[in-house]
Amino acid sequence: MTLLQSRPPLPSDDKRWKLVNATMRRNGYAGHALIETLHSVQDAFGFLDETAMRFVAGSLDLSLSKVFGVATFYHLFMLKPKGRHACVVCTGTACYIKGAGGLVDAIQERFAVGPGETTEDNRLSVLIARCVGACGLAPAVVLDGAMQGKQTAQQLMTRLERLD
Amino acid sequence: MPPANPQANVRVVTLTIDGQDLSARADETIIEVCRENQIPIPSLCYLDGLSIWGACRLCLVELEGQNRLFAACSTRVAEGMRITTQTERLRRYRRTIVELLFAERSHICSVCVSNNHCELQTLAQKCGVDHVRIPYRQARYQMDSSHELFRLDHNRCILCTRCVRVCDEIEGAHTWDVMGRGSDCQVITDLAQPWGESETCTGCGKCVQVCPTGALVKQGTSAGEMVKDKHFLPILARRRHAP
Amino acid sequence: MNLDDLAELAEGYRAKEAGNAYEARVCMAASCQSSGAPAVLTALTQALGEGEGETGCKVKGVGCMGLCSAGPLVAIAPQGADLMGSTLYRDVKPEDAADIMASVGGAPLERLRCPTDQPFFARQRRIVLENSGIIDPDSCKGYVAVGGYAALVQALGEMTPAEVLREVTASGLRGRGGGGYPAGLKWSTVAKVPGDQKYVICNADEGDPGAFMDRAVLESDPHRVLEGMAIAAYAIGASKGYLYVRAEYPLAVERLTTAIRKAKRSGFLGARIAETSFSFEVEIRLGAGAFVCGEETALMASIEGNRGQPRPRPPYPAESGLWGCPTLINNVETFANIAPIIRNGGDWFAAIGTEKSKGTKVFALAGTIANTGLIEVPMGTRLRDIIEAIGGGIPGGKAFKAVQTGGPSGGCIPETHLDIPVDYDSLKTLGTIMGSGGMIVMDETADMVDVARYFMEFCMTESCGKCIPCRAGTQQMHALLDSIARGRGTRQDLALLEELCEVVQATSLCGLGQTAPNPVLSTLKYFREEYEAKLSGT
Repeated sequence: MTLLQSRPPLPSDDKRWKLVNATMRRNGYAGHALIETLHSVQDAFGFLDETAMRFVAGSLDLSLSKVFGVATFYHLFMLKPKGRHACVVCTGTACYIKGAGGLVDAIQERFAVGPGETTEDNRLSVLIARCVGACGLAPAVVLDGAMQGKQTAQQLMTRLERLD
Repeated sequence: MPPANPQANVRVVTLTIDGQDLSARADETIIEVCRENQIPIPSLCYLDGLSIWGACRLCLVELEGQNRLFAACSTRVAEGMRITTQTERLRRYRRTIVELLFAERSHICSVCVSNNHCELQTLAQKCGVDHVRIPYRQARYQMDSSHELFRLDHNRCILCTRCVRVCDEIEGAHTWDVMGRGSDCQVITDLAQPWGESETCTGCGKCVQVCPTGALVKQGTSAGEMVKDKHFLPILARRRHAP
Repeated sequence: MNLDDLAELAEGYRAKEAGNAYEARVCMAASCQSSGAPAVLTALTQALGEGEGETGCKVKGVGCMGLCSAGPLVAIAPQGADLMGSTLYRDVKPEDAADIMASVGGAPLERLRCPTDQPFFARQRRIVLENSGIIDPDSCKGYVAVGGYAALVQALGEMTPAEVLREVTASGLRGRGGGGYPAGLKWSTVAKVPGDQKYVICNADEGDPGAFMDRAVLESDPHRVLEGMAIAAYAIGASKGYLYVRAEYPLAVERLTTAIRKAKRSGFLGARIAETSFSFEVEIRLGAGAFVCGEETALMASIEGNRGQPRPRPPYPAESGLWGCPTLINNVETFANIAPIIRNGGDWFAAIGTEKSKGTKVFALAGTIANTGLIEVPMGTRLRDIIEAIGGGIPGGKAFKAVQTGGPSGGCIPETHLDIPVDYDSLKTLGTIMGSGGMIVMDETADMVDVARYFMEFCMTESCGKCIPCRAGTQQMHALLDSIARGRGTRQDLALLEELCEVVQATSLCGLGQTAPNPVLSTLKYFREEYEAKLSGT
C-alpha cells in the first residue's frame, strides 16, 4: 500500500509563495525545515497567517498543531501583521540599567501602545528585544531596521512623531 | 516501557533502591524498576507506553556520589547504582512542586468531574499537601465544549502533554500540541481552533483517558463522575512498537 | 595543499597589499555601524580619491576594535601593524575624513586621537580577537594573509585526529559558553562514540542580555570560527556542521554566509578540503527569538525544526545529539580559540591564565562604566583591574556598587570582592558564574532588588514552559520580587522566595531553571539589607 502525499498547490499566484516554496524545496521538503520556512514566510509577507501555516504544514507533511506550536514558541514570529513602522526597544541588561524601561513607558504614554502591540492607525508596532548586542550604545532602539543608540525618551518621541 | 521481546544481548545489572538489593536489565530506567518492585515514586508526566517527557520533576531521586538529582523516568540503571527515592529533601521538593501546580491554575476538587479519580489529587494527598502556601495566580482560562463527545477545561490542565503524546504516538493523528512559551503555554488542537472544529481529531478519546486531571473529560459528566481507564495504553503501545 | 603552499599563498596576498604603506581601518561592526561608520567609510574613500594619490593608503572596513563607546573608530595603521601600532581616532565624523587622510604619514590629528597606550588597550591580551579590527571580515584572502587556515591545513596534513585531540586536551581550554566544561574531554568523548554520522554544532545563540562577545567575533573574524569547527570535525570524525545563530544578529549572519561561500570556493570547506580526503559542510540555522535555545538540547530541538524545549540528560549530545547522532556542541569563542592552539601547541595556551582556567576570556563591558566595549584579558586578571583600569571606572563621580556577570544565570559581585581573579572557580565561590562573558557594571544608584526582579522577569518570559519548577516557579518568584520591590512584601514572602529559589535550582530540567535563582540568591547574599528595608511592617 502506498499512501502518496500530494503537496498542496501554492495558495495564490502571489509571487512570494514561490520564495517560500523555494526554501522548502532547498531543504527537500523535510519536516526539520519548518523554522527556516516560517522565517521565509515572515520575510516575504511580514507575518504568518492561517493560509501560510496550512500551506507549510501541508507541504512539509506536518500536523497543523505542530506548526502552530512552533510558530508561537519563537517570539520573532508574528501571527498578526505589523504596523507600517516597527520600533524595537532593546531591554538587555545594559539598556535596562540605562533607562530602556523609560523608553517603553514614554511610548506607551505618547502612542498608547505597549510591547507587542500596534497602534490603531496601523502606523507603529512596538516590540521588545532581548539584547540586540549594542550595549555600548545603551539604551538602544532599532527603528525600521536601523539602530539608534543612546536614546533619550525625548529624542525617540521626536523620531517616532516624524514617521508617516 | 519494556520492549515486547526482551533482547537477548542486554546485560543484567544489580543495584539498590532504598537499601533493597535488586536486579534489572541494563536498558531499563529507574522508574521502570521501581514500578516492577512496587517501590512508590510520584510522577505525573510519565506514563508507561508513551515517550519520556521528563517535565514534572516529581520522580527526582538521589544517586549516591552525585550532587544533582536525577529524574527516575529518564535515567537508565547502571551496575552498582545506589538510589534513594525518599528523603526529607525530596519530600519537601515534591510537595512544593505539587503546590506550584495547584497555585498555577484552578484546581478546586469539590466541583471537579474528576474528584476522587484524579492523579493530581491523589498525589497531593500522598505528598502531604494539606494546604497551599504559594499564592494562587487566580488566572481564568477558557473551557472548550465544542466537541460533541468531550470537553477541555484549561483551568485543570497541568501541561503534562500526555494527550499530545498519545495522540501523536499511539493514535497517529497529532491533533494536539502545545502553543506559546513559559506560563503562556496551552494545549491546542490544530491551529488553536475549537476542538469540535478540528479536522484531524478522530474522536477516539485516548487523550481523555490518559489525562491525569479533569482537564479532558467526557461531555455530560458532573462532579466526581469522570472515571478514566488507561488499560488500553500498554497493549496498543506494545503492538505499535512490535518489530 | 600543504603548509608551504598556504604560506606562499599568504605571502602573495600580502605582497599585493605591500604597495600601500598605510591602511585606514574603519570599524564596521554593528555598534560603530549604528553610530555612523558607513558614512565615515564613504567619506574616507572619497577623501582618498581627491587627495594627491601619493599617500599609499587604502581604506578598508574591519571588525570590532573594542572601544564601542568611542565609535565610530578609525585606525591609521602602517601596513601589517596591529591596533597598538596604529594611530586610533575616536568619534569620527564624515567631515573629519579630509583631515584624517591629510595626516596619514605625518603628524597625527590630535583633536580626534584616542591613545592606544591607555590601559583599555595596553592591558589586554588578544588571542580570540587577534584579527579583529585588523582584517576585512568579508575577505577570505585577508584571513589567509594573516595566517588563517594554517591550523586547519596543518591538522589535516600533518596531524592525526588523535594528535589534534591531544593538543586541545593539553591546552586546558574550557567551554566559553558558560559551563566551563573541558573542551578536550568533550571532543574526545564524541570522538570515541561509534557512529557513521556525527555533527559539529557551533552555538552562536548568544542570548545573555548584555553580552556581545560572540557577535563581535562573528562580525570581525568569521573564518576563524569556521576554521575551528572544521578542525573539530576532523578530530571527531564529523562531516557536517551547523552554525546556530540568533536572528537578531543580521550582520553576523550576512558575514558568515559570505565567509562560508568564500571558504568553500577557496577549498577550506566543502568536499576534499585542502586536497585531502576530508570533507566538511557547514550550514547556518537561524534562531527565532528564544533564549532557552542556548541550552544545547533545546538548540538541537530547534535545528530539528521543533519547539526549542530541552530534554533530560543523560543521554548527553556526545552520545545522542542531533537526530540521535553523536554531536559536539561548543560556542563561538571556544571554536575561535582552536586555530591558535593548533598553530602554537596546547602547552603554549596552557601557559596563559590560571591553573584551572587557561587562556584568555573575552568580556563585554557595559552598564555605568567609562569604557564600554569588548576586551580580552588573560584568565585570572583581577576584577578590579578590569573595572577600574581597563574599564576606566564609573563615570560621573558616582561610586561603584556591583558588577553582574553571567547574565540571568549569574550573580552580582560587590566592592568587597573585587580583588578576586576572574576564573571559572573563583566566580563560582562568589555565587555567580563566568557565563559567556557579559559584565554589567552598576553604580551606587542601582536598586539591587529591582535588578533581581529584572533578571527573574527575563527568566520567566524565556522559560520554555516544559518543566513545572521553572514554568510556575519563576512566575511565583517574580511575583514575590515584584511585591517586595513595591514595598508590599512581607517577611513570609521573603522566606517563601528563598524556599522557591532552592526548589527551582535543585529540580528544574535544564540550566535555565537551575540557574534562574542565582541573581536573587547573590543579591540576597551581598545586599540583603536592601530587601529587608523594603519589607512592609509585619
